[in-house]
Amino acid sequence: MIPAAFDYVRASSLNEALDLLAKHGDDAKILAGGHSLIPAMKLRLSQPKVVIDISRIADLHSVNQQNGKIAIGALTTHYEIESSDLLKRACPLLPEVAGSIGDVQVRNKGTVGGSCVHADPAGDWPAAMLALDAEFEIAGPNGSRTVAANDFFVDILTSAVEPGEILKFIHVPATANTAAYVKFAQKASGFAIAGVAAVVDKTKKEVAVAVTGVAAKAYRASGTESSLRGVEPTADSIATAAEKAADGIDPLSDIHASADFRAHLARVQAKRALWAAVSRG
Amino acid sequence: MNISVKISVNGVLHEAEVEPRLLLAHFLRETCGLTGTHVGCETSVCGACTVLVDGQAVKSCTMFAVQADGTEVTTVEGLASNGEMHPVQEGFWECHGLQCGYCTPGMMMTAVQLLERNEAPSRDDIRHALDGNLCRCTGYTHIIDAVEYAAKKGRA
Repeated sequence: MIPAAFDYVRASSLNEALDLLAKHGDDAKILAGGHSLIPAMKLRLSQPKVVIDISRIADLHSVNQQNGKIAIGALTTHYEIESSDLLKRACPLLPEVAGSIGDVQVRNKGTVGGSCVHADPAGDWPAAMLALDAEFEIAGPNGSRTVAANDFFVDILTSAVEPGEILKFIHVPATANTAAYVKFAQKASGFAIAGVAAVVDKTKKEVAVAVTGVAAKAYRASGTESSLRGVEPTADSIATAAEKAADGIDPLSDIHASADFRAHLARVQAKRALWAAVSRG
Repeated sequence: MNISVKISVNGVLHEAEVEPRLLLAHFLRETCGLTGTHVGCETSVCGACTVLVDGQAVKSCTMFAVQADGTEVTTVEGLASNGEMHPVQEGFWECHGLQCGYCTPGMMMTAVQLLERNEAPSRDDIRHALDGNLCRCTGYTHIIDAVEYAAKKGRA
């Protein structure tokens, strides 16, 4: 499996990468960790004429906390998130999700930004980013703009990053240890057939529940969330709320799971994720 | 357009003009002549092609050689030193950690990564760490024994 021939350019700064992208337009693809792009190129599903390698832009490779917000550089690898002491303390949902992605080798190379921009409907990150109300800071030829997680995941393999733009940072709030991610994984790949991230605020009696793998894009289970608004999260109230985790959704169907089974898994995993989050807090 | 790369493999600097689409696995096997790195599934699943790039275990079938420019790569050929087997190699030898041997170089490189990050892994830790490496002979139990042996040996 050999990709089609291409020209390779390594950008040493974000501005250089944006200039290269402007110059080459639709012929170019951005390479970060390469763990979505290279498999697609080997299958020749993707045949860019120019590959712009941004992996060595040091500014985008960091995890920093400032005023209760955490900025994660788009080039931060899954393993760096999994092993980050700052995140284990300030936002433990992210290391938990990172540790469930693929395998050690994939986590060493794949990046959080690349995975989010790729917007695989079975990716793990969209569930976490939606549940945390993450904000995506995107650089373009005319400066930066920020997109909320709810607007970032647009459709199957489509994020809000437009041609000519590059994701810079993902901003998430620091959360206490009241979140959890549970996944029913496709055994061979580890991708989510149904993955649910839950964040519970016991004081405000509010929950955020996001589901990936079930529909063409990850979504917030709004029925489940409103069912628990202002309600004490008990085993009973969680079970009732979780029944709504696939309401109004058009589930995917493939050789791994039928639409009905996926909807069922969304409900079961929502219950488990909420209960796990409540038990931790 | 070919790109000039300098990659240190097992401590030896290799300079070459490569096509950007040349995968690191093929660079190691064909340009460097180091055929210990095996190519199995070619789809980032089986882990037979695992090598360390700047100390990180990666699947060399899912990385272009140009991405490894300026890095230090360790392959299975780089594990032994001065004729002495690496503890992980000794573990595979002592515990019959292989049958056909195809997955073995990748298994060993991932095991080396594990033991660098966790010098006293449980059997569960070992299983979890090796979940990106497939053994089609299904000899997993002995592979776990081998890594456990290496961990004990490394701490001795």
